[in-house]
Amino acid sequence: MSAPKSIRLSVNGQPVEVPSGTSVAVAVAQATSVFRRSRHGQPRAPLCGMGMCFECRVNIDGRAHVRACMTPARDGMQVRSDD
Amino acid sequence: MTETRHIVIVGAGPAGLAAARAATSHGARVSVIDAQPAAGGQVWRHDVAHASKRAARVAIAALERVEWLAGHTVIAATGQTLLVESRDGAFDIGYDALILATGARELLLPFPGWTLPGVTGAGGLQALAKQGWPLAGKRVIVAGSGPLLLASAASLRAHGAQVLGVYEQASRHAVTTFAARLWRWPQRAVQALALRTRLASVPYRCASHVRAALGDDRLEAVEIVSPHGVTRIACNYLAIGYGLVPNTGLAELLGCALQVGPTHPAVQVDALGRTSVANVYAAGEIGGIGGLACARIEGTIAGHMAAGDSETAAACLPRRARARRFATALAHTFTLDPRLHALATPDTIVCRCEDVTLADLAAAGDGRGARLATRCGMGACQGRICGSALTELGHASPRGVRLPLFPARLDTLASTSTTTFP
Repeated sequence: MSAPKSIRLSVNGQPVEVPSGTSVAVAVAQATSVFRRSRHGQPRAPLCGMGMCFECRVNIDGRAHVRACMTPARDGMQVRSDD
Repeated sequence: MTETRHIVIVGAGPAGLAAARAATSHGARVSVIDAQPAAGGQVWRHDVAHASKRAARVAIAALERVEWLAGHTVIAATGQTLLVESRDGAFDIGYDALILATGARELLLPFPGWTLPGVTGAGGLQALAKQGWPLAGKRVIVAGSGPLLLASAASLRAHGAQVLGVYEQASRHAVTTFAARLWRWPQRAVQALALRTRLASVPYRCASHVRAALGDDRLEAVEIVSPHGVTRIACNYLAIGYGLVPNTGLAELLGCALQVGPTHPAVQVDALGRTSVANVYAAGEIGGIGGLACARIEGTIAGHMAAGDSETAAACLPRRARARRFATALAHTFTLDPRLHALATPDTIVCRCEDVTLADLAAAGDGRGARLATRCGMGACQGRICGSALTELGHASPRGVRLPLFPARLDTLASTSTTTFP
């Protein structure tokens, strides 16, 4: 395997660095434990880890409701957790 | 007419990969679709920190000879055509034969505190760990039911977590009786032994379940009920799952008949992988939870069948029968304790997408009325989580299969030439 490269992205305006190959969920976890707020304002974070529950959905580069656990982190991504 | 048969396989887990290998061996043109960014499904999920198992690498190599559509989600289906969406847009893909290898999801049951950040599925936290989720030194409780708990605990430990204990709801008698029968499946006995060895210092408690997760903005502790009473344990994560349920959505949309009997829907499949719909085959968990060995042999059978070679497919039948017998024994061992059905209190949220509590549902009545009044099951997950939970709890499921199968972008819905959305 090649040496792991670092990916730099931004989560809620905060710079985050993660190893290559990790998901956006992992990057968000570096910055906050709140991925979204429920209808009644409760904090939520990934539950199923495999794209079924949609609890990890965030805004990536302006696109809303993207499942962070299904999306590989890429350099320069602007991620906003949905709080 | 000499045009090559086009076989489309949905799902690149063990079943789909085995199907791809079998189908390409006949020279068929094969496309494999999976919503995940990498192949392997859940059991062979790509791990950023550890190299894949050899069996997984060999199986995944089958994709070298197919059109491999990673990160593609099937949104709709009609008349031998699927509407598929990716990051870059949407398109239709037609098929001569279709193999459904859509796998399973975890059965997650509601209990007080289960919506707190830090509470995840058992396979859920394992999947996150493999994505690189930071677990080093974290205190983790693994709970629920089934062999997945041991696999998850071992995996979490390999990612640096401090696994405080594994809490299995089944009785010690059920688990030891099952373990004593394992000699009939020597490979499984070896796997079980290896897992136990890797988890040597981790307590494994039977007849125990988590009744509540505690914390303000995130998980701080859990309450565990065991034959010795109630214990409170401080932890960072609770990885909890009660087994698996088949992903039948696409099959239902295609009109495939479901099995009569099981609590959770599974697709009706004959021993040769045929569903009730012509040219549509199914393999693995979708036809009833059977685990890795079932998935692999059924994928192989479906791949040969879809390519028109029923003779080679039939030669695999004894292996399939053996794998399915193991699955039956497994299901029997880990039957859920009825006490688990009573964990949710009236103010426990059942539908996480729409914040619907058990009391809200009770007030609205069951079924369609409840759905309209409360929006239970109408949120982003489309009832995938609460639908299975409510089915398990004996309520009418709010989950009805409808289009789009997964939330899709408006431009995708607009682009389809084949499907009319209600």
